[in-house]
Order: sequence, then C-alpha cells, then structure tokens
Amino acid sequence: MKPEEPATTGADLLVKALIDEEVEVVFGYPGGAVLPIYDSLFKQNRLRHILVRHEQAAVHAAEGYARSTGKVGVVLVTSGPGATNAVTGLTDALMDSIPIVCLTGQVPTHLIGNDAFQEADTTGITRPCTKHNYLVKAVSALSRTVHEAFYVARSGRPGPVVIDLPKDVLMNKYDYVAPDKPVQHKSYRPQVQPELAKIEQAIELIAGAKKPVFYTGGGVVNSGSKASRLLAQFVHLTGYPITNTLMGLGTFPASDKQFLGMLGMHGTYEANLAMYHCDVLINIGARFDDRITGKLTEFSPHSKKIHIDIDPSSINKNVRVDLPIVGDAGHALEELIRVWKAKQPRTDLKALKAWWAEIDGWRSRNCLAYKQDNETIKPQYALERLYHHIKNRDHYITTEVGQHQMWAAQFLKFEEPNRWMTSGGLGTMGYGLPAAMGVQIAHREALVIDVAGEASIMMNIQELSTVAQYRLPVKIFILNNQYMGMVRQWQELLHGGRYSESYMESLPDFVKLAEAFGAVGLRCHEPAKLDDTIKEMIGVNRPVVVDVLVDKTENCFPMIPSGAAHNDMLLGPDDKAAKPMSEEGMVLV
Amino acid sequence: MSPSDLVSGHTISVLVDNEPGILARVVGLFSGRGYNIESLTVAETDAKENLSRITIVTKGTPMIIEQIKAQLDRLVPVHRVRDLTVEGPHIERELALVKVRGTGDKRVEALRLADVFRAKVIDAKTDSFVFEVTGNSDKVQTFVGLMEGLGLVDVGRTGIVAMSRGGEAL
Repeated sequence: MKPEEPATTGADLLVKALIDEEVEVVFGYPGGAVLPIYDSLFKQNRLRHILVRHEQAAVHAAEGYARSTGKVGVVLVTSGPGATNAVTGLTDALMDSIPIVCLTGQVPTHLIGNDAFQEADTTGITRPCTKHNYLVKAVSALSRTVHEAFYVARSGRPGPVVIDLPKDVLMNKYDYVAPDKPVQHKSYRPQVQPELAKIEQAIELIAGAKKPVFYTGGGVVNSGSKASRLLAQFVHLTGYPITNTLMGLGTFPASDKQFLGMLGMHGTYEANLAMYHCDVLINIGARFDDRITGKLTEFSPHSKKIHIDIDPSSINKNVRVDLPIVGDAGHALEELIRVWKAKQPRTDLKALKAWWAEIDGWRSRNCLAYKQDNETIKPQYALERLYHHIKNRDHYITTEVGQHQMWAAQFLKFEEPNRWMTSGGLGTMGYGLPAAMGVQIAHREALVIDVAGEASIMMNIQELSTVAQYRLPVKIFILNNQYMGMVRQWQELLHGGRYSESYMESLPDFVKLAEAFGAVGLRCHEPAKLDDTIKEMIGVNRPVVVDVLVDKTENCFPMIPSGAAHNDMLLGPDDKAAKPMSEEGMVLV
Repeated sequence: MSPSDLVSGHTISVLVDNEPGILARVVGLFSGRGYNIESLTVAETDAKENLSRITIVTKGTPMIIEQIKAQLDRLVPVHRVRDLTVEGPHIERELALVKVRGTGDKRVEALRLADVFRAKVIDAKTDSFVFEVTGNSDKVQTFVGLMEGLGLVDVGRTGIVAMSRGGEAL
C-alpha cells in the first residue's frame, strides 16, 4: 500500500493557518514569488484580499485595521521590491506597537544568495524594523511558524512580524498543523500580571500625593478597550487630573473634566505644567518619548514617578523612575482598583483642591485659542467645525503627519480608544489615507476621515484607486496651506524664515484629482461656506476629497521648542521673540 | 560625576536558540542602539535543546547596562540574560593562540616565558612556535605583550567566556 501523500501545498497550508488565526482580511500586492499564495486565495472565499497600489500602503492599511479593531493586521507582498517597499510601514508599526503579520515572498531556497531576480535579504533588512522575523526554509515548519508569528505579534508589547516565504516552500506539500491553545512559546513569555507588592506601593504613593497627574499612552489602547474603562474608573476613584500622549488619545474621555488634553511638544499648557509641577506622576503605557519629555534634565523635576509598562526595556530608558511596574496596563489597572477599594485610602483633599485650583489657573490661559476672521479659514477652525458635525456620528479619524496632525490631536475630541489612528513614533507622511482604508474595511458603516495636509496626502495619493475599487467611502479632509507646514514652522522659528524647499509648488487640482480617481472632489476657501462643505462631505456615501484652503502662515501652538522644558512653552506667535532657541535645542529634531 | 554617570565594564551571558540570524540580531541591537561590544563569544552549548551561549563584554553607565539587558531579553529567541558582573562572583577565561618566530636566545626565552605562563606548545618548527595560553584577559594580554619582543607574528584570541561561581546554572 502506498503511504498517504500529504495533500496540501505550502500556500494552501498558509491560507488555512491564516483562517485558523481568525484572519478576515489581507492587504497585499501580488508578484512572482507569491503567485502560489494568490492562487490559493483565488480558490477560497474565507479570506478577503484588498489590492493596494503600493506595498507601503498595504502595511499602513493593516495598521489602521489593527488599531481600530484590536486584531492583528495581515499584509502579503512579493519578494524584493515588494518587501523593501513594506519597510517603512513595518518600522511605523514597530514604533507604535501595532500587531502586524507581514508575509513576504522570497526566491526559491536554492536561489537564495545568488542575487536572483527580485531577491532581497528580507530577513536581514527587516530585522531591526520588526519585533521578530522568520525565514521559512522547509514546508514542514510553515504552519507552526505562522501560528508562532501571530502569537509574537499580538502578545506582550505588540509589533510587526515578518514571515519570509521562499517560493518552493509554498509549492511543496506537507500536513497542516493546527495552533496550540494556549500557545506555549519556548522563550517568549511576556510578563502580563504585575507584582502585587509593587501595586501596593503604587497605591501608597498615589494616595499620598498632593499634586498628582496620570499620564497614559498607547499601551492602554493595546491592552484592549476594557483597559480604558478601567482607567476611567481608577481616575474617577482618585479624582486626579489626567493627560494623554498622542498615541493614548481616547484612553480617557476627552470631555471629562479631569482630562487636561494631550501633553508634549504641542500639548496643552495645563497638561505640560501639571507634568512639570506634579509630585506624583503615574505613567501607564507610555514611554517617556522625547516629544513628551522635552529637556530631560528638567522633566517633571519634583515628582516621584510610577511607570507601568509591559516592555521592561521602556522602563528607565529615558527617564529614571522611582517605581517601575512591569505588566499589562489592563491587568495593572484592575489590581490598582482592587487594592484601592480594599484599602480605602484617604487622599489629601485640601492639597488636591489647591492643585486643581492651580490647574484651573493654567486652563484659563486658553492655550488653544486662535483668531478666526471672515477672510481665510484657520485650520483650527476647520477642525472645530469638522468635530461639530461628526461628534454624534460613529466616526474614526486617521491623520497624516505634520501641523494638521497636531491640530487634529488638539481640536478633535476622543471619547473612546481605537478611534484615532496616527503615526506617532515614526511620523510617517502618507500614513493617513491607507490607514483610513484599513479602518473603513473593518467598519463599513462608520464615518472614516483622514485629516491630511496637502503635502502628506501626495505621498500615498495612489491609494485613491484602491478606495475607488472597493467603494470605500473614506473622507479625505485636506488642510491645504501650500506648505509643508511643520517644516515651514521650524524654518520660521529656527532658521530665520528661510523657507528652503518647504513650499509646495505645482500642487494638483485636488478636486479634479478626486474626480479622475472616481471620487467626489470639494473645495472650500471661505469660512462662511465651511459648514456646508463639511455637511456635503458627510452626506455623500462615496469617497470624498475636500480641499480646504487654510491660512498659509498659521503655526501650531502651544509649542515646547526642542531642548526646552515643560514650563518654557511658546503659547502663540507673540511669544517667540522673548525666547530664542538654544544651540543645543537646534540640534534636536 | 555622580554614580549614575560612571561607566563600568560588564560581562553578560545570554542563552539563545541556536538559529540562523540570532547573532545578527544581537550584534544589530548593539550597533543600532550605539552600545559598545568589547568582546563577544558564541557557540552551541546544548545540542539537544539547540541552545547557544553568547558571552558579551560591554561597558556603559548603570542605566545603559540596564537597557542592554532589557533589550537583549526582549529578543524573541533569547531565553535568559544574566549580568555576571553584578550577580555574585564569577570567573572569566580567554584562550589565545600566539605564534612566535625566532631562533637562538629569543626562542629559548619565549619557551621559558611560556612555561611561566603555563602556555602549551601546540606547534613547533625549528624557527617558530605556536603557544596556547588560557587565563583571564589580563594574563593573556601580558603574555602577548611579552612575546612582542620575542618575534611575535600572529595572535588569535577567543574573547571571554564566563560563568558564575558555585552550583547554580545560568
């Protein structure tokens, strides 16, 4: 009797493994090395493939999908240029801790190292820009590797994982291996549960605070929506003020009176001064990024610092903390609440009252104020009006990178997590449109808006074609100031107003461009017509590009100049003369 | 200078899966983050479990050393990271092969010093020796230094391997 032949090719195994990992959508672009996978995809209807127009966009789309759902985003690209084009997206996902599994094609194993057509050392190139990567050299290892990759991508601090798949591995046959439940990885077991003794110490510190502030970030989002509910519960139990990082917006309801707004370089005056003057700082799931801390030696100089993070390498990296707690944000919050309730600590109400009075004093500076006239639209005004019209709808926001991104963070309010997709760590122009596609794929009925600048949007403008193909009613809200606004702002503040290469010459007609791609194009330059334009945008169940011509010279304030401390903010254009930038600060980006 | 600015040397042992690319991951981490590698040794130590042991000698402030350890520990194929310098007494050894060419008095003197350093002769021709010397890095360095005046032509060093004292495994 003939031994039974394994029935499944590597490509079929792969598709089966993806389905077992509960993947619904794959963002990709075909090519020679991945043809067997595309053939397998063709023969099934469980997995949906979204054809992007550039591999970078595939990764950003998967990021938008992942960030808005909490699931792992999946990318499929071919070897060589397919893989190298994905590198920016992978780095972006690494910096912002977004769970991604990226499948890359590779030349057949016998050709690896021969400089074959469309060969690149993908595992070598992506080693520093992934959480982990694999080169699958035999089909026997394929299903196990895929399951492990999903485990690594989603557990601990999430991140992108690349699986490099030589073509012969995809064509050879082997038996499928189902995932272990629960997965037992031989070496990677992140610490999720915090140490109880440290939680008790934290409660003691928190309860004894006279000038406390919570500072929470993307780690709370990654922990799942329950973590944000627990955060709100704990913050309400204490009655303390809270600020969010750019990545953490939505982890605490923006409309809550305990919320101080975003902190950092373009954060609010009250948030940054609270950080500077606080005596106990409670960091949950944020990483003391340089955009947050400003000048390190003067960062929150009077505080005892508690840092809860699932990644031990984030602790004591930039800022030395007094009480490091390794663990998942949600688990830590659960414990904090439990211990707080058990101990019923008495907080210093008198001191807290004085602290809130101080904070209210800073709030009354109204640091986000701007002057709207009847002539030109201020970008801040455009976003305030946008928010007015979308706030009662089920909506998701993505952004590109630059001034518009910071204004969006300041003027759009986020009441829950997973609603705000932005490129924080890497600052990738061109992120917003593909990310919005990914969000819209996951939330077909929701209103998905990419708040864009006219420079950023050009970086992945080709994705309008994807948007058209899948009839994704994504809205692209361009704040068009005809400059790379953030570059121009820095040139104004740091380089004597020499606007070297930051003016956007030869911009396309965005209305015609939209129409060329089968989308709706709208334009608005009068403040009086802005509301109607926004309403029209929302009302159309098709992709819309809105070209909002805004004040060309408006700068983004408040601002902590590079190398300055939190108590050294520029509140507006009139502030800058008094405080020249230090040489030291100019070196920083 | 405060103690937190003091740069000191650390010997770190890392137990890793013996798989392609693991050394590149470790070395890439050091180069990518601007850490220093003074010595690096790696070889398979457990064929059954397919594990390798990497010994790294590095230097940095306490905060940097803490970062290095945390970053190493974060790599998926890394099983264990131990800082031998801070975790109790440990021993370090290095092996060097030292080739010396010469005749007459110098040749006799080289052989005599090799004896003092308990270096073994592992190859000999009428006008050359290859010595094998083991010990801590200081001893190896001293021996190599002495040979410089006696016709040293080639040195190969393994870098440091290290282990904690006592009965505990890594």
